[in-house]
Amino acid sequence: MTRFLPWAARRGSFLVLAALLGAFAAEASSPWDDPYPSTYRAPPAAPVLIRGATVLTGTGARLESTDVLIVDGRIAAVGSAVEAPAGARIVDGHGRWLTPGLIDVHSHLGVYPSPGIPGNSDGNEATAPVTANVWAEHSVWPVDPGFSTALAGGITTLEILPGSANLIGGRSVILKNVPSVTYQGMKFPGAPQHLKMACGENPKRVYGERNSAPSTRMGNVAGYRAAWIEAEEYLRDWKDYDAKIKAGGKAADEAKPPKRDLKLDTLAKALKGEIPIQMHCYRADEMAIMLDMSKEFGFHIAAFHHATEAYKIANLLAERGVCAAMWADWWGFKMESNDGIEENLAIVDAAPNGCAIVHSDSEEGIQRLNQEAGKAIAKGRAAGLDIPPERAIRWLTANPARALGILGQTGTIENGKMGDVVLWNHDPFSVYALADEVYIDGVLAFDRAHPPAQPRSDFMLGQPATAGAP
Amino acid sequence: MNTLSFPMPRRLALLMAAMALLGAGPATAATVLLRNGVIHTESARGTLTNASVLIAGGKVTAIGPSIAAPAGATVIDLHGRPVTPALFGGVGSLGVLEVTEESSTIDSVLKLGQMRPEFEAALAFNPDSVPVAVSRAEGIGFAVVAPAAEAGRRGAPGSSVVPGLASVVRLDGRAPRGPVALSFVLGSDGAALAGQSRAAAYMLLSQALEEARNPAAATSNDAHLLTPAGRRVLKSFVVEQKPILVAADRAADIRTAVEFAQREKLKIIIQGGAEAWRVAALLRKADVAVVLDPLDDLPATFDSIGATLDNAARLHAAGVTIAFSLRDPDPHNIRKLRNVAGIAVAHGLPWDAALSAITSVPARLFRATSEYGSIEVGKPANLVVWSGDPLEVTSLADAAWLDGERQTLRSRQTELRDRYLAKVKAGTAR
Repeated sequence: MTRFLPWAARRGSFLVLAALLGAFAAEASSPWDDPYPSTYRAPPAAPVLIRGATVLTGTGARLESTDVLIVDGRIAAVGSAVEAPAGARIVDGHGRWLTPGLIDVHSHLGVYPSPGIPGNSDGNEATAPVTANVWAEHSVWPVDPGFSTALAGGITTLEILPGSANLIGGRSVILKNVPSVTYQGMKFPGAPQHLKMACGENPKRVYGERNSAPSTRMGNVAGYRAAWIEAEEYLRDWKDYDAKIKAGGKAADEAKPPKRDLKLDTLAKALKGEIPIQMHCYRADEMAIMLDMSKEFGFHIAAFHHATEAYKIANLLAERGVCAAMWADWWGFKMESNDGIEENLAIVDAAPNGCAIVHSDSEEGIQRLNQEAGKAIAKGRAAGLDIPPERAIRWLTANPARALGILGQTGTIENGKMGDVVLWNHDPFSVYALADEVYIDGVLAFDRAHPPAQPRSDFMLGQPATAGAP
Repeated sequence: MNTLSFPMPRRLALLMAAMALLGAGPATAATVLLRNGVIHTESARGTLTNASVLIAGGKVTAIGPSIAAPAGATVIDLHGRPVTPALFGGVGSLGVLEVTEESSTIDSVLKLGQMRPEFEAALAFNPDSVPVAVSRAEGIGFAVVAPAAEAGRRGAPGSSVVPGLASVVRLDGRAPRGPVALSFVLGSDGAALAGQSRAAAYMLLSQALEEARNPAAATSNDAHLLTPAGRRVLKSFVVEQKPILVAADRAADIRTAVEFAQREKLKIIIQGGAEAWRVAALLRKADVAVVLDPLDDLPATFDSIGATLDNAARLHAAGVTIAFSLRDPDPHNIRKLRNVAGIAVAHGLPWDAALSAITSVPARLFRATSEYGSIEVGKPANLVVWSGDPLEVTSLADAAWLDGERQTLRSRQTELRDRYLAKVKAGTAR
C-alpha cells in the first residue's frame, strides 16, 4: 500500500519553503506534490553592470545615478562606483531608468492566446461551476505571440489564471516570461499555485443561461459554500487516515486511504493555506461577502482582481491585508463594473497599509502596465494624492510579487533578489517610455536595439504577412 | 476684466464645485481670453507659442501673439500650457450604448437579419449617457456613431455586411449632425454576416449596388436585398461620392476592397486596417484613408497576422491619410485615444501627425470641419486646455470649451471619487 502523506507540514510562506528546500526533498516524489515541475534554469550569463541609471527599487526608494550589478542571475550590488567584475556586460544607464521586472498577476496569455480562435480557446472549463480540479498550466500554449509583446513591455513574471466563467475556476500558474517549447520551461521555480474564484455576473450568467445553478448572486454564494463544506469533509477523512497511519499497528494496517479527488485536493489545500485565492470580484459588497466567507472556512484571499469598487472599501481591504489588482480605467462593460473610476488605484494606495496592484487581464494592457500606472498617478494628483514614481512602481513590482507569494525572490531591486530588471529609455510612467533592455535572472531577454535577438513565436515564423508588401 | 491665474487643479475644482452648488451647469462663457499658451491650431497657422485665443459669442474671434482683452473678458493665463482642438472620440457607440452586457441599453446593432443601409444608429443618441459626460471631461468634443456589425448570437438574427449609417455626434449635448458615412463590413467579420465566406460579402454588396443603381431591375427580382429607402441611401453614396467606412484588416482584403471600390466608383475609408502598412502604396495612390487602432500588434485573428505597432508610422511615411479610433466600439474608454496617439509617437509617428489623427483628420474625413478639428478664427470654439503634453498619460484636461461654452469637467465618476475619497481619508471606507 502506498502511503500518502498529503497534509504533511507544507505550511508557511514560499520563502520558508525555499529556505528549507532540502528538507522537502524526500517529499518531492509524492504525487501530491507538483507532478509537473519546473524545468526552467536560467542559462549562465556574464555579470551585468548597469551604470548611472535612475533606479526605482520597488522598496519605495528612488536612487539617482546608481549602479546595479547582477552576478550569477542575482542582484549583487546596488550603489555608486560599483566595480565591474571581469567579463561583465557594462550598460550605460545614464539618463535612463531602471526598475524591477514588471509582474502581472492577471493574465490569460497562453490559455486565451492569439489568434483568438476556438482551437486555441482554453481558458474556461465552463462545464461545471466548480472546476477546482483543472490547472491553467495544462492549457498554456507557450507559442502565444503575446508573451514576447509582453516582454517588450517589461513583463518578467506573470500569473496565468483560468477564466471567470466558474465560481471556482481552477489553479493558476506563475511563469517567468522566457521562450520555451514547454510551459514547464517557463514555470517559476518553487512558486506557489493559486486558486481562481469568481464573484458576480459571469458565473451566474454562464450557468443561469443554461437554466442551471447558479443563476443569482445568492446562488453563487451557496455554490462556493457547498464546495468548501465538501472540502472540509475530504480534509477530515484524510486527517483521520493520517492519524491512523501515524498511530501504527493494526489500525494502520487496516486503514484505507480515502479516494483521491482532484477537485477536493485543490480546495483542501486552500483550506490549509497552501493555495491562496485570487478572487475575480468587482463590487465592494461582494468583496465584503467573500472576506466573511474566508473567515467562515479559513481560506486566504491574496487579492481581489478587477475590483472596480475597491475604492469604496479601501480601508477594509487594507485592514484585512488583501491586495486589490485593478485596471487604470476600465469600466462600464457590465453592471458590476459600472462604478469603476480612474482614481481607484490611487485611493486604494492611499489607505494606510493599502496594497494596490496594476493588472491587465489583456494581451494589449500587459504591454504597458507602466502607462496604466501613469494614468492613475495623474488622476490621483488631481484628487490631491501625490504619488511619486518610487511609490507607484510598487503597484507593478513589489505588490504583485507579494500577492503571488514570490516577493522573497523578485519584485524589488535588492541584493540577493533575482536579476529581473527593466532599463527604460524614459520615465517609465510616460506614454513615450519603451523598455530598452529586459533582464530575467540576469539574462538579457529583450534588447530593443537588436530586433533579430528578440524572442519570436513559432507561430510568427515564415508568415508572409509580417514582411514586405504582397 | 478679471484675471484668473491658471491652471490650478485645486482651485479649478473649487470653482467647479461652486458652480455645481449653484446649479449652474456648464458656464456660458461670454468672452474669454486664453493668454500665453501653446496653441495647436491644426490649421495652416500650425502651432503658435506664447499665443492667445479669444473666444467671444461662442466663436474663436482672434488668435495671435498679443490680443488685447476686450472689456468684461475673463482672462486666463495658461503659463505655457497647450491648447488643442476638442478631440475626436473615434468611431463607435458613444451615446447609443450604456452598459455593454446589458442589451436593453444598446441601440448600435440592428438585428433584423436584413440589409438596411438606411439604419441610422445616431437617432438613438442620448446626450445624457454617462460615457458622454465622462469623455467630455477628458477633452473629447466629437465622435462618430456607427452601427456595429454583429452576427446573430444565441439565435438572434444578425446584422448585415451593410450595418447602416454613421453620424458625427457632439459631446456638448446638441443633436447629432446628420449621417456622414455608410459602413461596410468585410474580412472575417463580414464572412460571418455573409454565409461564412468573405468572398460572399462582395457578392452581396454587388447585388445591393445593382439594386440601388437600377431599381426597376431590382424590383422584378423576388430576392431583392434592399427596401426602397435602402436603395435611395446606397445610391446617394455612389452618386455624391460620400465616404463609405469599410472594415477590413487583412492586406489582401484591403487590396480587394480598394479594387472593388474603384470598379464600383465608391469613395471608401478603411476602418481597422491592421495590415494596411503592407498596402500603403496602393492606399496612397487610390487616395484611401485609414482609421486605425495603433495598438493592434498581435495576430488577434487570421486577418491580422501582420499587425504591428509601426502601422501608423509606416502609413504616414508613405503619405496615407490616417485617423485613430479604438478597435473596441464601446464608448467607456474612448478617453484613451489620445494616449494611443502618444504610443504611436513612441513607435515612430511624428507628434504633429498623431495629434492630427485625433483632431483635424477625422473632422475632415467625416465632414465636420465647420465645427471641429481646428482652432480658427470664425469657427465655433471647440478647444481644450491641457495640464501638459495632451498625448501624455500623466496629462489631464484642465478646461474645455464646446461650441463656445465652458464645460464642467465633472461627471458621475468624479461624484463617486469625492464621496469615497472622503471616507478613505476619514478611515471609514469599509
